[in-house]
Amino acid sequence: MTVSRWMSVLGTVFIAAGPCVAHAAGEPVVIGDIDDMSGVYADVEGAGGVEAINMAIADFGGTVLGRKITVLSADHQNKPDIGASKFREWADQQGLNLLLGGSNTGVNIAMSKVAAAKKVPFIVIGAGGASLTNEDCTAYSVHYVYDTTALANGTATAIISAGGKTWFYLTADYAFGTQLQSAASKVVETHGGKNLGAVRVPLGAADFSSFLLQAQSSGAQVLGLANAGTDFSNSLKAANEFGITRTMKPAALLAFLTDIHSLGLKTAQGLYLTTGFYWDLNGETRAFAKRFFAKMNREPTMDHAGAYSATLTYLKAVKAAGTTDSDKVMAQLKKDKINDMFAKGGYIRADGAMIHEMYVMQVKAPQESKYPWDYYKLIRKMSGEDAFGPITGLCPLAPK
Amino acid sequence: MSTVFGIPVPVILGQLTLGLVNGSFYALLSLGLAVIFGLMGVVNFAHGAFYTLGAFAALLGLQYLGINYWLALLLAPLAVGLLGVLVERLLLRHLYGLDALYGLLLTFGLALIVEGSLHQVFGASGQSYPVPDALAGALNLHFMFLPLYRAWVILASVLVCFGTWFVIERTRLGATLRAATENAPLLQAFGVNVPLLVAATYGGGVALAALAGVLASPVVLVNSHMGNELVIVVFAVVVIGGMGSILGSIVSGLVLGLIEGLTKVIYPEASNIVVFVIMALVLILRPAGLFGRE
Repeated sequence: MTVSRWMSVLGTVFIAAGPCVAHAAGEPVVIGDIDDMSGVYADVEGAGGVEAINMAIADFGGTVLGRKITVLSADHQNKPDIGASKFREWADQQGLNLLLGGSNTGVNIAMSKVAAAKKVPFIVIGAGGASLTNEDCTAYSVHYVYDTTALANGTATAIISAGGKTWFYLTADYAFGTQLQSAASKVVETHGGKNLGAVRVPLGAADFSSFLLQAQSSGAQVLGLANAGTDFSNSLKAANEFGITRTMKPAALLAFLTDIHSLGLKTAQGLYLTTGFYWDLNGETRAFAKRFFAKMNREPTMDHAGAYSATLTYLKAVKAAGTTDSDKVMAQLKKDKINDMFAKGGYIRADGAMIHEMYVMQVKAPQESKYPWDYYKLIRKMSGEDAFGPITGLCPLAPK
Repeated sequence: MSTVFGIPVPVILGQLTLGLVNGSFYALLSLGLAVIFGLMGVVNFAHGAFYTLGAFAALLGLQYLGINYWLALLLAPLAVGLLGVLVERLLLRHLYGLDALYGLLLTFGLALIVEGSLHQVFGASGQSYPVPDALAGALNLHFMFLPLYRAWVILASVLVCFGTWFVIERTRLGATLRAATENAPLLQAFGVNVPLLVAATYGGGVALAALAGVLASPVVLVNSHMGNELVIVVFAVVVIGGMGSILGSIVSGLVLGLIEGLTKVIYPEASNIVVFVIMALVLILRPAGLFGRE
């Protein structure tokens, strides 16, 4: 009780004294991370994301502009109101300089409104909804790791070129699922394929077999799984069990390394998926993965690598701009090229999308996997422009 | 092809079969809850956590001790049931004279601790438990292919449910149990060890939850969250059947599984709330539940 009272007293002092106090030399640079720390997406980023942020800060030297760098983290429990109010609290009372947004598109849309109101740079890591750089874009938002457009462009294109022309979707019934389905549908249509229908499944359904049977009776060649995390794993597991994968080709529109690890290669083999990062791509990614593994006892997902890279990118921009002033840092961020183990020649577009290479992968068969976590083979590299597509004009900051 | 409401009959039959599978899980879980509430008056919010523990016991038993599925069906409920006995002896026992709310709060807290600890140790993304080889095939029902394992779930659940009902309603042991709820001091005066009986009842109810967890482990990923979504539906099932009614919980578990299955074809978006809509209707029209006594 007393601590939170002290916090609110301190907060009042900050507000009364205005921004000059918060920016004075000696004040730490504060980086926040709001993510699902305990729910279904906790392994995709979660505690590993905080570790990655700390690794980036340590690699940067622990200080920027002579100021210490501190990290705050909180669990949004997949509830938009919790995420938004925590963000507001940190912006008002803790002198927050940057927020990294974890999983869940719904929560990140809510937090982007706070970023705009409080003028705090906001880098989305774990959420996928492309609306964050379209109708929900703000001058302070960056979408860093992947989005629904890039996932659809990668996976749907790969499957159509392999002959899968007719599609039926199993869609998670919330913002992310519907955005992913509509992105994939567009890609299918552009390539002369046909969308035969979709079934919207409540998030966290206990059993997917009923929905899968409906997908099967559609007669489509491809089963588009527009869901994520445990829902994705459980639906693929049931599709195998019911023999649906013998008549339909499953398309993982979003799958993380952790999902494949849970399912095992026997169930997941042959699956196409799109990712922004794979730990075993090259020497640099392996070096990062080795350090991450030593701390977390698992290989990093694309979100872990993205959280590391985004933190470094922000700190470099602060150093180059010579200030933590939000507008100046945002201008610097949109000017610099991003070159690190996560992205080569990446850049942040006017609408906030970080344009970088994406990888279409296929999950290995058990006999192809030579060592632990040897799960993917590279099918195709997509340039950032191909993956994220042209500016749509839906974001007022980036007219067509 | 013949249709009902514009839906082909084979599709409806397929969904009803799957509904029966899900209903089997509901029945098995709500049965444990009903036993615990009916005989002890405890609203066991930790039921989902014990279900999760059952699945983890099977998984860890296989990974570290090489205990196969069939042995796990026996050993996991036994181990979790013994844990239940400990919980009753050490914690729940102190709350009997008080309002039912205290038991609810205690078991809710227990559920949070169990799920939190499992999350801390095993993470959120879960692990796969293989389907036992003997049940790996599928049955051709002509309107669908039913994996043998799911057929086994229906069979096992129906056997266990009616076995439990028989023991409680039709045997001398069951009569003694029921007598303990009616008048414990009198039964004690006849020389029956009532506290032991109560502890065994809680252990038994909890073992049923663990058994459902073992049965579910080859079907879904085993993770720390698997129980907490399910347990809310199961509470609704128990309320619909009539709190504490053994037969009510079995029948309403199976029937609600079927209704949910049909909803998944007609209006899939509503499939996760249909049980609660029915619960609300039942509470308005027949507050004691379909099989409950006022």
